[in-house]
Amino acid sequence: MALLDVQDLKIRFQSRDRVTEAVKGISFSLEEGKTLAVVGESGSGKSVTAMSLTQLLPKPPTCQVSGKIMLRDLDVLGMGSNDLRAIRGKDIAYIFQEPSTSLNPVFTVGYQIAEAIKLHIPGETDVEGRVVESLRRVGIRDPEKRFKAYPHEMSGGMQQRVMIAMALACEPKILVADEPTTALDVTIQAQIIDLLKEIREKLNMSIILITHNFGIIKGFADEVLVMFRGEIVERGPAEEILANPQHPYTKALIACIPRLGAKQKRLTTINHDELAG
Amino acid sequence: MSESSPETTTPTESETPLLEVRNLKVHYPIYGGLMRKVVDYVRAVDDVSFRVNRGTTVGLVGESGSGKTTIGRSIIKLAPITGGQILYAGSEKENSPKSPTNIAELSRGAFFPFRQKIQMVFQDPFNSLNPRMTIEQIISEPLDIHFSSMGKEEKTARVVELLGKVNLPADARKRYPHEFSGGQRQRIGIARALAVEPEFIVCDEPVSALDVSVQAQIVNLLQDLQEELGLTYLFIAHDLAVVEHISDFVLVMNQGKIVEQAPAAEIYENPQDPYTKKLLAAVPTL
Repeated sequence: MALLDVQDLKIRFQSRDRVTEAVKGISFSLEEGKTLAVVGESGSGKSVTAMSLTQLLPKPPTCQVSGKIMLRDLDVLGMGSNDLRAIRGKDIAYIFQEPSTSLNPVFTVGYQIAEAIKLHIPGETDVEGRVVESLRRVGIRDPEKRFKAYPHEMSGGMQQRVMIAMALACEPKILVADEPTTALDVTIQAQIIDLLKEIREKLNMSIILITHNFGIIKGFADEVLVMFRGEIVERGPAEEILANPQHPYTKALIACIPRLGAKQKRLTTINHDELAG
Repeated sequence: MSESSPETTTPTESETPLLEVRNLKVHYPIYGGLMRKVVDYVRAVDDVSFRVNRGTTVGLVGESGSGKTTIGRSIIKLAPITGGQILYAGSEKENSPKSPTNIAELSRGAFFPFRQKIQMVFQDPFNSLNPRMTIEQIISEPLDIHFSSMGKEEKTARVVELLGKVNLPADARKRYPHEFSGGQRQRIGIARALAVEPEFIVCDEPVSALDVSVQAQIVNLLQDLQEELGLTYLFIAHDLAVVEHISDFVLVMNQGKIVEQAPAAEIYENPQDPYTKKLLAAVPTL
């Protein structure tokens, strides 16, 4: 049985004068220890899909989610808030794009990581030890000292490591990484991707990687879903999609990445109306 | 430059760069101890020299904290300059000086005319536009300062013209920043920079916060505008692939110093400095 199984997921947002269908009936599943990449541009519905996995979206009537989300034998969409709190962070943890705004500036990073541990592992006696261990795991030097640091005392790459440490503190089954490297320098991006690869092996964790950049999924994702306007337009093994994209949107997304030494006169852009029409 | 006689195109004339930075230093003091004395300096920019020729794009690449943004900011006098010269040659138009002026030592008032010639496009299109102003107010604000004699209708016409230049509809001028996507906001930021007819634009990570597909649109737009208006760019970014694409010449910065400078193609084909090689290796390949 798949670890996570999503069937016919639909997400609609209701505003005063119109209904927006952000996700139009998508299905996918995720096996243990595998990495699924969801690729698409802003507005393609990839982030709301990720948020719906633990019901992080606004409540109806603003937002209506239908379909089925099964976490092993648990029906996530049918859960109440107490059950949801138990799976958030414990079974499905998130890291978000912007580390500087996701961390609370008035608490030390150690305190923020400890918060998750205290909630999900009530019997833990050595919370501090666990925090230090989780910081060490993401490659932060001197974790005994650094866990007393405030977010502003760290660089963007370090802050993202703290976010990952926090997400991993309770050793979740699934890590949802929503554009984890978009706000970071290319060199730091490479480090963070390597770190995620390493941790995935160590913990046999499944990852859902959400990104707009095909450049980072090579050698990282097993399967790829390409989303365009709320629908999955192409899916398949990562290597195959990169080598031989079928859908025009997938081709366009790959083509628009600037390549070193390509000597193109102009970068390729995406004509959305043509694709949709 | 229609005449090709040797008198009008002497080598020295064509070699005069629009902007030349000589031994630029920006040091920030670190205070410490009981008496809050200066104990050391953060050498954000340490003895940097480079030149930017008219109508070209110079790319400035490096990681966060390498000092690249500080260089961009010191050119428009938003960073305190500790030492060195920034020579700006200006255009042949009558209101700007012919011989290079060291803008680093100018007072606020004396620098004012240069603020019209040198404009900036910022990284984050979400924080660099005032959410309480309409697009028309945002784009026409620099006009109020530098073209104060312009009438109201004339200003509106200019805003519409600028929106057209960056491929946005004319009715966008009545709307607010939150109604636009990241790419559209960056277009608005570019329109604002173009409003006062600048010669030189410092683009500080203009595409880092954008989707790759939108990034391609903005890079193409900047190139089109350069061709159309003869603009000169200092293009700051951390992504070497983008910099290599848009630039004629590339500067690589690390820890406040320029570690390598060369024509764009050369940097990629034959990198010399280990740091440049590290940056090249970090660019994901497909």
